[in-house]
Amino acid sequence: MSGNSAHSVVEPTTTSKTVAGFLVILYALITMIPLFWIVITGFKSPPDSISYPPKVFFEPTLEGYCNLFTTRSRQTREYVEALGPPEGICDEITRKRQMVIVGDSNYWPRFQNSLIIAFGSTILAVFLGTLTAYGFSRFKVPLADDLLFFILSTRMMPPIAVAVPIYLMYRKLGLSDTALGMILLYTAVNVSLAVWLLKGFIDEIPREYEEAAMIDGYTRLQSFWKVVLPQATTGIAATAIFCLIFAWNEYAFAVLLTSGTAQTAPPFIPTIIGEGGLDWPAVAAGTTIFVVPILVFTILLRKQLLRGITFGAVRK
Amino acid sequence: MPNNPPSILDRSADKAAALTPARMSRSIKGLSDRAVAWWFIAPTIILLLAINIFPLIWAVKLSFTNYRANRLNAEVKDVGLRNYERILTDPDIWQAMQATAHFVFWTILLQTLIGFALAYLIDRKFRGHAFWTTVILIPMMLSPAVVGNFWRFLYQPQIGLFNYIVTFFTGAEPSSFQMLGSVDLAPWAIVIVDTWMWTPYVMLICLAGLRSIPDYIYEAAEVDRASNWRRFWSITLPMALPFIMLAVLFRGIENFKMFDMVMLLTGGGPGSTTEVASITLKREAFEKWRTGYSSAFAIILFVAVFGLANIYVKALNRVKQR
Repeated sequence: MSGNSAHSVVEPTTTSKTVAGFLVILYALITMIPLFWIVITGFKSPPDSISYPPKVFFEPTLEGYCNLFTTRSRQTREYVEALGPPEGICDEITRKRQMVIVGDSNYWPRFQNSLIIAFGSTILAVFLGTLTAYGFSRFKVPLADDLLFFILSTRMMPPIAVAVPIYLMYRKLGLSDTALGMILLYTAVNVSLAVWLLKGFIDEIPREYEEAAMIDGYTRLQSFWKVVLPQATTGIAATAIFCLIFAWNEYAFAVLLTSGTAQTAPPFIPTIIGEGGLDWPAVAAGTTIFVVPILVFTILLRKQLLRGITFGAVRK
Repeated sequence: MPNNPPSILDRSADKAAALTPARMSRSIKGLSDRAVAWWFIAPTIILLLAINIFPLIWAVKLSFTNYRANRLNAEVKDVGLRNYERILTDPDIWQAMQATAHFVFWTILLQTLIGFALAYLIDRKFRGHAFWTTVILIPMMLSPAVVGNFWRFLYQPQIGLFNYIVTFFTGAEPSSFQMLGSVDLAPWAIVIVDTWMWTPYVMLICLAGLRSIPDYIYEAAEVDRASNWRRFWSITLPMALPFIMLAVLFRGIENFKMFDMVMLLTGGGPGSTTEVASITLKREAFEKWRTGYSSAFAIILFVAVFGLANIYVKALNRVKQR
């Protein structure tokens, strides 16, 4: 801010601040309505979830969450009544609907796949990206600009455009519907962004630090490991968040290249169905659980995240 | 070997290594810079070649054939440019391009207007602006597929919250309109969801632009007694323009490739009113299994994105230089 004078032009007036604050908060609250609605729908009973007019006040139930994690089958009233005391809250809720739990649903395995694939590809992309970014930042690489442009341009391809040959290639190599195949694929997509972001962060670390370390007897690799990496942690963290969010949210490749064992949560959630159509409370519950890690990330790491987003824009 | 005895073979490198102090010779013995550079860069390039470039070249090759991925034993014939000819004369493809153009144009227009306005307001730095900025960001962090899926719930006729709110404020009959089922409204339904999701992104880049304008320029304007209105048009907007254009570029590329959100929201329907290019591509490739034909379409799309993006970047650089 420029000085403390009351008439500073750069400092907005109190009225304009109040109006701005009011409008921004209004916008923020309105955009939160859909998300709020999904979270509360997860705690509604199926009839409440599709009532007209939509219910804001309702009796909360865990039925959606129970339905999300279990598969159930309908039984006769006599059969349900003849059963012993219910085990746990889900058993009780299910029996009220004249059904019994027959097993676990696929939600948890799909969620686990999402975790493995997202974290696996993020670690790999950040690892490769850091090395490559350092290589481009510190050494004279022949055709460096062309290679960097090539790396960046791979991001412009529509995923569906390369999905056909990747599908054929994976079918030949036995990589279709495997976690490894998906990890490699997401790494390839993410590594271009990782190189681009990380090169900027590493460019900002003065070369003198490494040179001093190397005069002290470190090899190039040692000075990279012990001098550059610790300096680049913020950049690495920001890059990792982006890779993680992409891999966690990706749908197009996941739905085309996985069908069972390696399927992630995004293609699975829309297929959660109950009796007579989509089971909205269960879908909402699945969505909530899937979205919560991202919300926590966004709030905890907002500084790195903001830096990463605007950084990419400012540099180009 | 740090204590290398002088070599019998009188090679100059060995001589030099022997003459340098032990510590420096160790760093010479480590990988040379050239080797480090290649070991660091090569894995990434190889991965990109294997998973991005090789498939792309394969797609180019397939685009000249009548190959079908679901018929492994059928004879593959070379058809030359026929796939390309058929695509460029196919009315369905042109309809998909129109749907894509409508989607890209309106999402970019709305997101730029709302995003810039928000950035301008947030730049007033009212109390708590950092917190509310984070709240606004949340939609863009979500999975487009999951977003498309739950907006389908909000758009449900009768029971959906969106319809309820619209009827609450306009007094229209709740059963009189269907956001996803009507040919007129469905293209707007996908524009609304994309705008809800991605306005924060445009806002962030615009905010970076506004914050990059140095204070002294505004101070100079004050000395010249420029009105607020003039200040906005002759300082704020021109100086933030490169950032706005960049946001437009990123959103343009992304929305040209749009697949997941629209797929789950409308699946391209009703009929094919919201069938954007990527959805047509998916239908041709993975439902009709016309692999050769769809590969040709994929190449055309890729060339289009790439070409348009390049022309645009040239224009952007010209604006930056001004």
